[in-house]
Amino acid sequence: MWLGLVPFLIMVLLFQLIPVLSMLTGSLKPASGAGISFGFYARILQSAYYMQAIKNSLLISAASSAIGIVVGLACAYAITRFPARTRDRLLMFSNMTSNFSGVPLAFAYIVLLGSNGVFTLLFKQWGWSVFGGFDLYSWSGLVLVYVYFQVPLALLLLYPAFYAIRDQWREAASLLGASRWQFWTSVGLPVLSPAVFGTMGILFANAMGAYATAYALVGGNYNLLAVRIGSLVAGDVVNQPQLGNALAVILALSTLLAVFLNHKMTQRARRLDAAFVAGPRPVRKRRRPPRPLNAAAAVAGKEEL
Amino acid sequence: MDAPIKRTGAAPRALMLLLMIYLLLPLMATCIYAFARDWQTTVLPERWTLEWFGGMFKDLRFMESLWNSLYLCLIAVAFSLLVMLPAVFVITVYMPRLESLMKGLVVLPYAVPGVVAAVGLIRAYSSGPLNIAGTAYILLGAYFVIVLPYMYQGIRNSLLTVSAGPLLAAAELLGAGRMRAFASVVLPNIWPGVLVSALLSFSVLFGEFALTNMLVGGQIQTIQVYLYHRMGESGHLASAIAITYFVFILLLSALLMKLGQKVNGGLKR
Repeated sequence: MWLGLVPFLIMVLLFQLIPVLSMLTGSLKPASGAGISFGFYARILQSAYYMQAIKNSLLISAASSAIGIVVGLACAYAITRFPARTRDRLLMFSNMTSNFSGVPLAFAYIVLLGSNGVFTLLFKQWGWSVFGGFDLYSWSGLVLVYVYFQVPLALLLLYPAFYAIRDQWREAASLLGASRWQFWTSVGLPVLSPAVFGTMGILFANAMGAYATAYALVGGNYNLLAVRIGSLVAGDVVNQPQLGNALAVILALSTLLAVFLNHKMTQRARRLDAAFVAGPRPVRKRRRPPRPLNAAAAVAGKEEL
Repeated sequence: MDAPIKRTGAAPRALMLLLMIYLLLPLMATCIYAFARDWQTTVLPERWTLEWFGGMFKDLRFMESLWNSLYLCLIAVAFSLLVMLPAVFVITVYMPRLESLMKGLVVLPYAVPGVVAAVGLIRAYSSGPLNIAGTAYILLGAYFVIVLPYMYQGIRNSLLTVSAGPLLAAAELLGAGRMRAFASVVLPNIWPGVLVSALLSFSVLFGEFALTNMLVGGQIQTIQVYLYHRMGESGHLASAIAITYFVFILLLSALLMKLGQKVNGGLKR
C-alpha cells in the first residue's frame, strides 16, 4: 500500500523540497568559506538598485491590487443583480479572457498602446495630447496591464461574498431609516471586509510573482523584483546567482505572507457565516447561492505562471 | 428559479458592458492586427490578408515549438496522472489522517511564484550528482510540481464523490484483489473527473512561460517562448501566433466546461 506513495514522495522531494532548501541554503552561504551568513541579504539592503526593484514591485502590486479590488467590487455587485443564468455566462466570459495573460497579453497591449500602437497613433492624429505623456513601458503602463489580469480574478473571488448580505438586512435597515449609503458603510462593507482583504492577499501575491507579463513588456528596462531575479540566475550573463537566491527568498516571503492573509481571512469569513447560521434562521429563502466554479477558480487562481 | 425575478437596473448593465469591452479590447486588437495587411492611422485597417497565418504555418520553427509544447505538456500530464492516481488514492482511502499533510505539500506551489521555483531548481540541479539543468527532465519535474494542486483536487474530489472506500470494500468482498478492484472498479468510476483535471493541467502547462523560459529557454522553445522571441520581429506574425494560441486554449476550455457539466450532471441524477 505504501508503494503507491513512493513515486509521489520522490517527485515532491526532488522537485519541490530540495530546490526550496537549496535556495535557502544558497542565500545563507557566505561568499567564500563555510558557515551561515546574512551577507547577501545585507548587500541587498545596502544596494539602492535592488531596494528600488523591491520597492517598484511592492508599489505596482499594491496599486494594481487596489484598483483590481475597487473595479472587482463594483463589477461583483453588478453581476449579482443579474439572473443566475446571465451571471454564470458573464463569469464564464470573464474567465475565458483571463486565459489571455502573460506574453500574449503584453503583446496585445503593445499593439494597442505601444510606441507604434494603434491607439497611440490614432490619438496623435486626432490631436488628443492628453494621452501624449502616457508610456506603456513605464510604471503607469505596467499597472494598466496588471489590472487587466487582476480584475477577472477579483471578480471571481469577490462575487460570492455578496450573497452573504441578506435582503432582509437591507429591508430592516431601510425600515429603521438608514439610507443606502449608511447601509453599505455600516453593514454591507463590514460584512464584505474579510473577503476583500483575503482577495487583496491573493491579488498582491499574484502581482508580486508576475514574471511573464513584465518580462515581455519591459524586459530589463524597468527594475522589478521578479525580472531582476530572472536575469540574475538565468540571464544571458549569469554573474551573481547567489544574490538571486536571496532575492527569491524575499519574493517568496512576500507572496507567502499575502497568501497567509487570505487563509486567515477565509477562516474569519467562515466563522462569521457560521455565527449567522447558528442564529435565528432567516424566514425567507435566500437568493440562489452561487454555484461553485471550482475548475475556473483554480485556473484564475494563478493568473501568471 | 426560486429567486424573485427582479429587473436588472441600468447601472449594472452599463458596468458589465464596460467590463466586457475592457476585457475584449486587447483580444480584438490582436485579432484585427493578425488579419491586417497594414494598420496605421485608421480606426480599422484598410486592407486585409491571410498571409500572416500562412507564413506562420510555413515557419518550421513555429511548427517545432508547437510540437515541443504539445508533447512536453502531454508527457508531463500523463506522468503526473501515473504518479498522482495511486498516491491520492492511498491517502484518501487508507490514510485519511495524512490528508492535511499532503494538502500542505500540494498547495505550496500555489503560493510560490514560478520565478522562485526556477531559482531553486537551477541551483539544485546545475551541478552535483543530478546535473539536468537545461534539459527536458528538469522541465518535466517543474511541470509536475505546477500541476500538483489541480491533479490532487480533481482526483480527490472524484474519489470522494464516488465513495471509493465502500466501493472498494464491496469489490474485495466479492473476491477481487486490491489491485484488480482499483483498476476495474474505482478507476472507471473516477475517470471522467480525472480527465477534467488532466485537461485543466494541460491548459495550464500550455500557457506556462516563467519556468520554461528560465529553465530551458535557451535549449527548448515552447510556443510561449517562441512567441516571446517573435514579438520583436514581426508584429503581424506574432499576432497570428497569439490568436491561434488563444483559440486553441478557448477550444480546450470549452471542452473542459462541457466535460465538467457532464460530470456534475451525472452526479446529480
